[in-house]
Amino acid sequence: MALDLTVPATGATDHSRRRTLALGLAAAAALLLTAGLWVGSEGWAWPAEQAALIVGQIRAPRSLGALAVGALLGLAGALAQGLFRNPLADPFLIGTAAGASLAVVVVLAAGVLGASAATQWFGDIGLAAAAFSGALGGMLLTLLMARGAQHSLRLLLAGVVVGMVCGAVADLLVTLSPQAMRGRQFFMLGSTALLGWHQLALLGAGLALALPAAWRLSRGLDALALGEDTATSLGLPLARLRGALVLLLALATGLAVSQAGLVAFVGLVSPHLVRRFAPAPHGYTLLASAATGGVLLLGADVLARGLLAPLELPVGVLTALLGGGYLLWLLHRRAG
Amino acid sequence: MTRALVQAVRTLLAGAVALCLALPAAHAQPAQPAQPPQPAHSTQAAEAAVRTPQRIVSLVPSLTETVCSLGACSRLVGTDRFANWPPSVLQLPKLGGLDDAQVESIVALRPDLVLAAPSARVVRRLRDLGLTVQVFASDSHADVRRSIDALAATLGDAAAGPRLWAAIERELAAARDRVPPAWRGQRVYFEVSTTPHAAGTGSFIGQTLAGLGLANIVPPALGAFPQLSPEFIVRAQPDVVMAPRREISAMAARPGWAALQALGHDRHCGFDAAGYEMLVRPGPRLGEAAGLIADCLVALESRR
Repeated sequence: MALDLTVPATGATDHSRRRTLALGLAAAAALLLTAGLWVGSEGWAWPAEQAALIVGQIRAPRSLGALAVGALLGLAGALAQGLFRNPLADPFLIGTAAGASLAVVVVLAAGVLGASAATQWFGDIGLAAAAFSGALGGMLLTLLMARGAQHSLRLLLAGVVVGMVCGAVADLLVTLSPQAMRGRQFFMLGSTALLGWHQLALLGAGLALALPAAWRLSRGLDALALGEDTATSLGLPLARLRGALVLLLALATGLAVSQAGLVAFVGLVSPHLVRRFAPAPHGYTLLASAATGGVLLLGADVLARGLLAPLELPVGVLTALLGGGYLLWLLHRRAG
Repeated sequence: MTRALVQAVRTLLAGAVALCLALPAAHAQPAQPAQPPQPAHSTQAAEAAVRTPQRIVSLVPSLTETVCSLGACSRLVGTDRFANWPPSVLQLPKLGGLDDAQVESIVALRPDLVLAAPSARVVRRLRDLGLTVQVFASDSHADVRRSIDALAATLGDAAAGPRLWAAIERELAAARDRVPPAWRGQRVYFEVSTTPHAAGTGSFIGQTLAGLGLANIVPPALGAFPQLSPEFIVRAQPDVVMAPRREISAMAARPGWAALQALGHDRHCGFDAAGYEMLVRPGPRLGEAAGLIADCLVALESRR
């Protein structure tokens, strides 16, 4: 028997806050997209020559790509925090980041170690596909170790163990093939510099898949928020719900990481910001987190390009500084 | 709720499979980087001018040196941040490194040729944007020779390649003749990083050492730049230690390294920053680098 599990709206303020947030995010996105088209190697200037190539083929897909990657990460963060019912849960805690990183190192090492038919195939498939498969693989390994997604705590612990093991194997490979280290460092910092229209199409397809799926799973998350026992007693197929959430999480994280490397804190901070400003049931929170994540990463990307132009800062460093700073402030407020 | 769940899972799985299949397609390489259009009736000179690149961006310091050694320095319009020889390239715009190349800055320079190393991610992006990118490996003397010949051909003066390589070989031979007889066959430990990483027999540095008639404490089986255990180095007791000057002075302080007799008996070559940089760059200054080693051995011989 399906129950209506939405949090009852307590008045006009809640609705108006949600509306304000939505409008604010849309406005911020539009503003930042325009800024993204204006900022580049010459600072805040429209390119004097080759405008069509530079703006159309470099700045536009990069800005839209940052929006898409941020949206996927924000969505993943909201899903992780709903699934583990822990406001500090991060999409990178469940083996996805470690798996993706290991897959990247394998491809780099294989490409350097030899030119047999197998390694050629590896090289062709590219780092992106490898990172995506690695993220899925890492997640599946975590699920295997935790024997299903039944217990949140066991899942988290398995994720941490898988992370450590994958990291150790990756370090071993890097020792054997030091040239893989350079590519891995770059991957670890995160970057939007290599996003073109091909990559954007892929990200768009991923979003088109993930957002409706998230919307349909949001009621399950609302039920989960009441507690595992309560949710089970309400007749929800908890294991299947968890499995679906985990799969969606892996998809969103894997896709984002495969295109832009490891971008820190966007997934962690976006749901926080949404909940602080406009608490709402998960249907709204998931979508708003995606939008917030997109705006955050796009803002970081614009700053990364514009702050010290023509020098580009790695976008992951900026998100780590800003997101980490916010997190420290949050912890300070909670303690105080 | 359950049906929605099952549907959601099915859709997700289908989507995941589709994405896994789509990812290689998203990275499909265009068959050939676009060549400049050839007009139907053009003179040979005009064709030659169309084919040879006039605006070159180099993202690898050793390839920058090669381009300049082949006499095409004026055609360089941008380099990576590490290029510093010849001094004239310091004036050129710096475009980041191989891993964080500034894509927009490179495109804004309108290069007709970009030089890079294999497995740099930026190569795909630049080719997608329609630029011509050539990649060269630089792991051995043979690689350096190949890159010199190929670049010379690309730059339009194919004879300059073998000429440059002949000059390098002459410098290598001259360096070999300068090595004092007492030092021939001596076993060398060439340090590449403080971890420690050593230059193995198969690396381009190892090949230079072999060309000078010196032996290497690192057997070929260990690879090009193996990370060694300090025990191995101390047990091997190299006859000569080669490293940057500031590392040589700190080496005896490393635990157990004072047992290296070469350090105690002043049998070491400490190279200054510029010299060391030349030694670890697999480019047209290979011969000059060999000369540095020979000079050091001559100095050691005269001190004995």
